[in-house]
Amino acid sequence: MLSHLRRWVLGPLVTLVAASFVLYTAVWLQPGNPLTLILGTRASPAQYRYMAHKLGLDRPMPVRYWDWLTNALHGNFGTSLVYKQSVTSLIGPRIVTTFLLVGYASVIILVIGVALGIIGGMSPRAAPVIAGLNGLGVAIPGFVAAEMLTAVFAVKLGWFPVLGTGQGLAGRLQHLTLPAFALAIASIAYVSQITRAAVSTEEQSPHVETARGRGLSGPRILRRHVLRNAAMPILTVSALTMASLLAGTLVVEYAFGLGGIGSLLDQSVQDKDSNVVLAIGLILVLVFVITTTALDFLQYLTDPRLRLRATAKWH
Amino acid sequence: MNTQAPSRLNGNAAEPRLLDLGGLRVELKTGGRWRTVVQGVSLNLEAAQAVGIVGESGSGKSVTARSIARLLPRGARVSGDVRFDGEPVWAMNRARLRRFRARDLGIVYQDPRAHVNEMHPIGDFLTEGIRDHSPRERRELAVAALGATGIPDADRRLRQYPHQLSGGLLQRVMIAAAILPGPRLLLADEPTTALDVTTQSEVMAILAEQRHARQLAMIFITHDLDLAAAVTDTIAVMYAGTIVETGPSATMHEAALHPYTAGLLAARPRPARVASLYTIPGRPIAAYESGPGCVFASRCAYVQQRCLQARPEPRPLGDHVVSCYRAEELQGTLQQALERA
Amino acid sequence: MALTARLPRAPALLRAEEPLVKADMVAVAAGCICIALLTVAIFAPLIAPYQPDTINAAAINQGPSAAHLLGTDSLGRDVLSRALYGARLSLLGPALVTILSTTFGTAIAIAGTWVGGAFDRLAARFMDILFAFPGLLFAVLAVVAFGAGLIAPVIALSVAYTPYIARVIRAAAVHERQLPYLETCQLLGYSSWRTAVYHLVRNVRLLIVAQATLAFGYSLLDLAGLSFIGLGVQPPSAEWGLMVSEGDSALLNGYPYESLAAGAAIVITVVAFNVLGERLTARSQSRQ
Repeated sequence: MLSHLRRWVLGPLVTLVAASFVLYTAVWLQPGNPLTLILGTRASPAQYRYMAHKLGLDRPMPVRYWDWLTNALHGNFGTSLVYKQSVTSLIGPRIVTTFLLVGYASVIILVIGVALGIIGGMSPRAAPVIAGLNGLGVAIPGFVAAEMLTAVFAVKLGWFPVLGTGQGLAGRLQHLTLPAFALAIASIAYVSQITRAAVSTEEQSPHVETARGRGLSGPRILRRHVLRNAAMPILTVSALTMASLLAGTLVVEYAFGLGGIGSLLDQSVQDKDSNVVLAIGLILVLVFVITTTALDFLQYLTDPRLRLRATAKWH
Repeated sequence: MNTQAPSRLNGNAAEPRLLDLGGLRVELKTGGRWRTVVQGVSLNLEAAQAVGIVGESGSGKSVTARSIARLLPRGARVSGDVRFDGEPVWAMNRARLRRFRARDLGIVYQDPRAHVNEMHPIGDFLTEGIRDHSPRERRELAVAALGATGIPDADRRLRQYPHQLSGGLLQRVMIAAAILPGPRLLLADEPTTALDVTTQSEVMAILAEQRHARQLAMIFITHDLDLAAAVTDTIAVMYAGTIVETGPSATMHEAALHPYTAGLLAARPRPARVASLYTIPGRPIAAYESGPGCVFASRCAYVQQRCLQARPEPRPLGDHVVSCYRAEELQGTLQQALERA
Repeated sequence: MALTARLPRAPALLRAEEPLVKADMVAVAAGCICIALLTVAIFAPLIAPYQPDTINAAAINQGPSAAHLLGTDSLGRDVLSRALYGARLSLLGPALVTILSTTFGTAIAIAGTWVGGAFDRLAARFMDILFAFPGLLFAVLAVVAFGAGLIAPVIALSVAYTPYIARVIRAAAVHERQLPYLETCQLLGYSSWRTAVYHLVRNVRLLIVAQATLAFGYSLLDLAGLSFIGLGVQPPSAEWGLMVSEGDSALLNGYPYESLAAGAAIVITVVAFNVLGERLTARSQSRQ
C-alpha cells in the first residue's frame, strides 16, 4: 500500500513541485525589469524602490517562489502586468477555447488514427500505404499543416474561415475545424503508427493462433485477443499524445489567431508578463503530469500481470 | 495406420479415413523468397489411432500438423491432399473451417505461456471454444475438463490468470481446453518440450489417459523417438520435409530400416555407454536445401550413386514403409551397428 | 562405431542459402537525401542564384518563373535562395541539439547502467522531472529566461531530449550489461572505465546513431515552430520556420510560395532523417 501511495501520489507531487520550481526559476532569470512595465522608464529610483517593496520584489527568490506557489494552490495567480487584470480572469475564457480545440483534435486523432492503425495492422495490403502516410504525417508540424490547410481549404476553396474563434457552438466548431486538423495531423500519424505496430504484433502472436485454431470468428478474435492485448500501448500513446497537444496549441493558435492560452503564452513571453507565463506554464505541466500518472494507474489496473509484479524502474 | 504404401488402390474406399494426407507440399515465403518446407508427405489415420511424427528442427513436422488445421502463415502455397473424413480441408469455406476447428480438432501447442492469452482468466480460456452452450453448461464442462486433466480445486483455478499457474499446470489447462469440445483428432505439437522432465511425464500420462478414455485420434509431434513410442501406435520419421520411414511404435525404437532413423536411435544418450556420444555427421537440412536425390544422401554413410540421382519411393518392408534404395540389404548392418553402439 | 567408420566423404549436395547482408535501399535513399541537405546548407552561397536578403520592391509576391524558380516573398526576395540559405540556420540548431542530447543521454544511460545503485536512482528521478515538460515548453521557458534566438532554445531542447534518448539507450545497455562477456572482461583485469566505454558503447552504437537521427528530425520541428511564433530565430535571418510565418500574409492573398517552399523543406528533411533513423533502429534490434 505504501509503495502504491509513493508511486502515484508522492512521486507525481514531487515532480510537480520540482517542475514548478524550474518554471519559477526561468521566469526569475528573465532579463529586463518588470517595474518598467508598471511605472514606465522615467520614474525616480525612490519610486522604483517603493513599488518593488510594495510588490514584494525585493525579497529573496525562494521566499517569492514559495509565496507564488502557495497562492497558486489557492487559485490566485496574481495580476497581469500588461493587461492590468487578474490572471485568472484573463485565462478563464481562453482556456475554454483551448480545451475545445484540444478536445476536437483529440476526437479526430482517436477516431482516425486508431481506425487507420487497425486497418493497417490487420490487412497486409493496406499496410504499406498506411505506413507511408504515417511516415509523412509525423513530419508535418502544426504550423506547416496550418498554412497548407489554410491555403487549400480557406483561401482556395473558401470552405472554412481563416481566422478567429467564431460565435455559437456551430460557428466555433467551424472556426476550430482547420486548427484542430492542423494540430491533429502529426498525432494522427503517430497514433496510427503505434496502433498498426501493436495490432500487427498481436495478430501474429501465438495466442491468436490458438484462438484461430479453436474456430473462433474473426470479429471475436479481433475484439478479445488482438485489440484487448494491444489496447494498453495504444491507449498510452493516445493519452500522451493528447497531453502534448497542449504544447502544440502554442503554434496553431498563433497561426489561426485563436484566443486561447497558447497564443496568450506566446504573447506574454514576448511582453514579459511574468505572472501570466507562470500560470499557463503551471497549467501545462499539471496537465502533463496528471495525464501520465493517470495512465500509469490505468495500466496497472487493467493488466492483471502487473498487479503481482514489482514495479519496474524507468518504466 | 495402414502400413501399405499410401496409395488409394487397395482395399475398400467405402468408409473414408479420419485423416488423409496425400502428397502434401508446402512453400512458405521467408525473407522475400519462396522456400519449400514440406515436400510430398503422405499420411493417413483411422479413428482413435495415434501416430507420432518424429524429426529434428527444420524437418517440417510442425508445418505438416498446421497444414491439417490450415493454420499456416498468410499466403503459404499448399498443394496436395488434406482430407478429414473424406472432406478436403483446404476447400472448406470460412464458416465450415471454423466449425471444423471448433468441433473436430483439438490442438495442444509447445509453449503454453505464449499460446494462452494472459489477459483473460483460465475459465474464459476454457469456455471460449464452446460458445454454443449455456453459461452454466460451459462452466460445468470446464470444471469437468480440469478434473479430467488432474487439476484439483477447479473453482479457484477458473478465476486465476495464466501467469499464476506453473508451466506444467498451464499445459494441462491447454490440453483440457483442447479436449473440451470433444474433438475427434488431437494435434499435439511438442507438448512437453518446454517442460522439465518430471512435469513431462505427468503431462504425457494425462495425454495418454485422455486419448484412450475419449477414443481420440492423435498426431504427436516430437524430436524424441522414445517419447513418441510411449503414446502412439505408429511412428513416422520426417527428414527435410518428407517422411523417410513409417512403422509400428513397438518395434521402431529398437529396429530401424532407414539409415536416418538408425542414426537417431544411435544418437540417444544411454547411461551404460561410457564412450563418446554418437552424432550423425553434418546438420539437419530443411526441404529447400535438399537436392534431386534422396534427402538424406548428403549425410548417409551408405550412400551410392543412385541415391544422388532420384528420390527413392516409399516401399513396404516387413511392417515398415521405407524410402531407401538399400533398405533390404542394410537391414542386418544397421541392426549390428545399433547393437554395438 | 560402424556408422561413423563407414562414412565416406559426403558429396556437396547442400545448397546452403546464407543470409546476405542486404543493403536497405530505402535507408540508403534517405541517407543520400540527408547528406544532400547538409551539403546544401554548407555550400548554399555557391548554389543560390541570389543573396537571401536582397530586397526587390518591383518583384513582390511573384509565382515561380524563370528568374525566380520558387517565386518571391512579400519583400521581393528570391524564395529559392532564402530556402537554400535558410538550410544553414534551420539545420544548425537541430545538429547542435542532436550532438548535445545524444552525448549526454548516452553518457547518463551508460553511467547509470554501469555504476548502478544510488547514482542510477538519482538519475532516474532527475529524468522523471524532465519528462514532465513537453520539449516546446522547455524551449519557451529558456526563451523567457535568456531571450529569443537560437542559443537558448537549442540548450533547452538538448536538455529536454536527453531523458528520451537516455531511456532508450539505457534499456539496450541494461540488456548488454548482463551478458557474460562483460564479466569476463572484468575478470581478465581490464580497467572498469575501459570496459564500460569500449564494449557497452560499441555494441549499442547503431542504436545511438538511430536515436540521434530521430532527435534531429524532432528538434527541427520544435525549433522551426519556435521561430514561427517569433521566439526563435529573428528576422531578417533566413530560416524555414520564420519563412513559413513571413509567408502567411502572402498566402492569404493567394501566393503561398514562400510558406509552401519552406514547409516542404521542413517536411522533406524530417522525413528523410526519420526514415533513416527508423531503419537504423530496426537494424540495430535485429542484430541483438
